[in-house]
Amino acid sequence: MSDRLFEDRTPGVEEHEPTASYLSYTVGLALAILATIVSFVVSQTSLLWPPGIPVGLIVLAFAQIGVHLVFFLHLGSGADSTNNILALAFGMLIVFLVITGSVWIIANLNSNMMPMS
Amino acid sequence: MTIATIDGAPTAVPAGLARGRGGGGPASKRVVVAYGFWIFILSDMVMFSALFAAYAVLRGNTAGGPTGAELFDLRNVFIETMCLLLSSYTCGLSALSAERRHPGRFFIFAVLTFVLGAAFLLIEVSEFARMVAKGAGPSRSGFLSAFFTLVGTHGVHVASGLIALVYLAAQVIAKGLPAVVLRRLLCWSLFWHALDIVWVGVFTLVYLMGAP
Repeated sequence: MSDRLFEDRTPGVEEHEPTASYLSYTVGLALAILATIVSFVVSQTSLLWPPGIPVGLIVLAFAQIGVHLVFFLHLGSGADSTNNILALAFGMLIVFLVITGSVWIIANLNSNMMPMS
Repeated sequence: MTIATIDGAPTAVPAGLARGRGGGGPASKRVVVAYGFWIFILSDMVMFSALFAAYAVLRGNTAGGPTGAELFDLRNVFIETMCLLLSSYTCGLSALSAERRHPGRFFIFAVLTFVLGAAFLLIEVSEFARMVAKGAGPSRSGFLSAFFTLVGTHGVHVASGLIALVYLAAQVIAKGLPAVVLRRLLCWSLFWHALDIVWVGVFTLVYLMGAP
């Protein structure tokens, strides 16, 4: 392998601060497994009021995504995370607009379609 | 008079001063690199959002073909989910071991990550093959086209992640754990965790809400 591959041109200060701990990952794993199992159980039983199951599943998915972001991706309240969280907020806005916008428009088109004979 | 250069910038900064945003000096390389990679991950999420939107719109359009409830095997999906979740965990541990300069532990966790990721992919591919053999391939209906595009794109990401992991492990074998390689491992672990986040959306929207 050429040494050019390992040449260090990254901007910033070289620093070796400790980032995360094994414990944080283990707590994250436990919470994520819990959320997954609850999702599967809720979808297969009538533990929740049946018409409310999709909403419950979406809430559980958001909870699990939050667990992943905090414990695995280490997005926290620290100063180092501020830029990342702003970018994440913008990304979530775009994701929300694309998904709900598509569903909304197509549902509208669908209900205004001429009946097929 | 001296001009402060990046190389001469102080590394110890009083707590509370936000770095990388004008105050407290330049951010550390680790933060700069992770931020750049984070932007890439978010753009990947935007791409996935288009595929999720297509699936959400087309999920009812089965054209008289099989529905999700007839095709999905939730036991397999649960095993897949656990494989990916555990591989996300071991991936985090391998990045942590690398950061603490334990190459032995790094390799153990990297191999576990690879094996779990490969198991996920194997289950997914055999599931696809079973569906295609049943005549429920991507050309059967709008629902199945959207399904194969969404889940298949995620699978392609997992496969490319596995290739990247082998490539990075080769770098660790060749060069050990210099700072450059550590930052590449950090980016790789961000990528792998992000794939697990996409999978949470997939198993919730596609499998759990599609197989009552």
